[in-house]
Amino acid sequence: MDTLAQQLANGIILGSVYALIALGYTMVYGILGLINFAHGEVTMMGAMIAIAVLNALLASTLALPPLACIGIALIISIPACCLLGMTIERIAYRPLRNAPRLAPLITAIGVSIVLQNVAMMIWGRGYQRFPDLLPNQPFTFLHASLTPTKVAIVVISALVLACLWLLINRTKLGRAMRATAQDGQVAQLMGVNVNRVIAATFAIGSGLGSLAGFMVAANYGQADPYMGFMLGLKAFSAAVLGGIGNLAGAVIGGLLLGIIESLGAGYLGDLTGGVLGSNYQDIFAFLVLVTVLVFKPSGLLGKNTVERA
Amino acid sequence: MLSRCIAAVCIVLCTILVAACNKKDAPANIPSSQTASNEILAVRIGHAAPLTGPQAHLGKDNENAIRLAIDELNNEKVSIGGKTAHFELLSEDDMADPRTATQVAQKLVDAGINGMIGHLNSGTSIPASKIYHDAGLVEISPSATAIAYTTQGFPGAFRVMANDSQQGKQLAHYAVQTLGLNKLAIIDDRTAYGQGLADVFEKTAVELGATVVKREFTTDKSSDFNAILTSVKGSDAQLLFYGGMDAQGAPMVKQMRALGITIPFMGGDGVYTAEFLKLAGGDAEGVIGSLPGIPLASMKGGPEFKQRFEAKYGVIQLYAPYVYDAMRMMAKAMQQANSIDPAKYQPVFAAMEYPGLTSTIRFDAKGDLVNSPVSLYRIHNGAWEFLQTAGGQ
Repeated sequence: MDTLAQQLANGIILGSVYALIALGYTMVYGILGLINFAHGEVTMMGAMIAIAVLNALLASTLALPPLACIGIALIISIPACCLLGMTIERIAYRPLRNAPRLAPLITAIGVSIVLQNVAMMIWGRGYQRFPDLLPNQPFTFLHASLTPTKVAIVVISALVLACLWLLINRTKLGRAMRATAQDGQVAQLMGVNVNRVIAATFAIGSGLGSLAGFMVAANYGQADPYMGFMLGLKAFSAAVLGGIGNLAGAVIGGLLLGIIESLGAGYLGDLTGGVLGSNYQDIFAFLVLVTVLVFKPSGLLGKNTVERA
Repeated sequence: MLSRCIAAVCIVLCTILVAACNKKDAPANIPSSQTASNEILAVRIGHAAPLTGPQAHLGKDNENAIRLAIDELNNEKVSIGGKTAHFELLSEDDMADPRTATQVAQKLVDAGINGMIGHLNSGTSIPASKIYHDAGLVEISPSATAIAYTTQGFPGAFRVMANDSQQGKQLAHYAVQTLGLNKLAIIDDRTAYGQGLADVFEKTAVELGATVVKREFTTDKSSDFNAILTSVKGSDAQLLFYGGMDAQGAPMVKQMRALGITIPFMGGDGVYTAEFLKLAGGDAEGVIGSLPGIPLASMKGGPEFKQRFEAKYGVIQLYAPYVYDAMRMMAKAMQQANSIDPAKYQPVFAAMEYPGLTSTIRFDAKGDLVNSPVSLYRIHNGAWEFLQTAGGQ
């Protein structure tokens, strides 16, 4: 019972992070039909910038309380990543908007390699340690050991998702985004500045990614220039699992993938009598992905409607 | 149009930046004008280690140690065969990846190296050793500890560190007999090193009467261990042993403590690093690690080496003294054999007794150390503290 509760908690925490990153993939895909493979690296940059800011603050003589430090780090790293996302779009994707589909995919991979190398040049190739600002002392809640950081990850993710839902469904920008997703050319004819909407989409997606990167760094206590690759791959899988282009799908896909991974790693060995160990956890997660796609090729919530945003 | 120009300029700038970055890492080739003189004998030394990726800090450490040895050798103007030897380093990045390792090994062989120091990992040293063997080279791994490395029947394959059998045994003895813990959980990273070490630990512990209540696995690229740790938590394990490197070991300890698991954490030489202390922070207290050989401070000339190394390259991560010994010993064998031809200096090297920093190095028939003590350490007040040395002569 305790183990199951803990595994579910692990899965939800992991899944919240996947969901935040998956949203970045799915928003861009919904509007441009483009898979932004540089998104994982934007997430990594978010984590690295935040750690750099934290280290600078701690080294300074300001002696701010931990929460203020974290606030400042986020206030700097999130807009920086929004800007980074917009720049990537401007340089690597916009010139290729009418090119064959393969071309922006290749530039996306190129951008991700450039970002990885830039991070290595700035921060070195090793691991960056996330300062011990938050207490790592666990407490028990509903049979599961949690830390304040883990609770904060889930709560903040939920809040951000709610804000995003409001933004998409209740604001003028959100309406413009939905219109662009339905049909960019018609939206332009109706007076929507499509370039601005796309830039905003990249900015929002990158901002969410940056926040997720910060959470990963805070939770695992470290960040490195390579962390974006695996995170991006998992989050992309989550987006596909939920139905790429669908916002709710990204959230559900993220949470599901997180929970499946945790349960898979936790119980695979016991269930198969030690034949398959926890080293097969990724295989297990992707097996579920393949199975879902065989029966529902557009993902759990994906449908070929105009409801993409 | 203007936007295209800006984009083009940005792309060009990025390319230049990346190119500049790569250039720095390229092996420093000596201009041919310097080697043209008859008086100077160019000795090409190959080196390979992960210079990028999660273990880059260890790879750089190894590379720096060779540089230090080579700079000293060049300053000493050692003479081989009546000529002044000039040592050159050809360093390659094997990314801790077995497939890349064979590619860089071939590249080094094609470049005509006279001797090879490396690779860092067991998983890379083993496949690459075949290529060096086929080329008739002498290969000294400073840190590959997997048993299989020296059991392939390659006369040119040596290592200057105790193997996993010796290390795993001492760790298991300490856990079961000294600490008196009988229920063990074991996690390994499925690399030749991690798995090998964990297997020996498991085997010895079971022989000593302990039971393994959980055996879990991860990879050498993972950062989330909550799931497997939760399953350890659900068992009645009294100690967690991890066969793997610091980049996973440190977050594993952090996540353990965050899950409320209070049992001791133990690892091999992969976790006994300065990086582990940095990454694990306050949660590192009480972690037990090991390193073949004796502590740097009690090595003959150890403190002086530390001073020389750290003045140039910063904190020693882990294997630097072993790499330094390997390089100096190879140069010594070349001097004694009066040749840089591996076929000539290999027998001299194999039979040598070399008083190095790490120990008095002597090899058995396989190329393993004859005298191979293992030292155990524990983290106390944020620093590695020496516990005991066991085994060896």
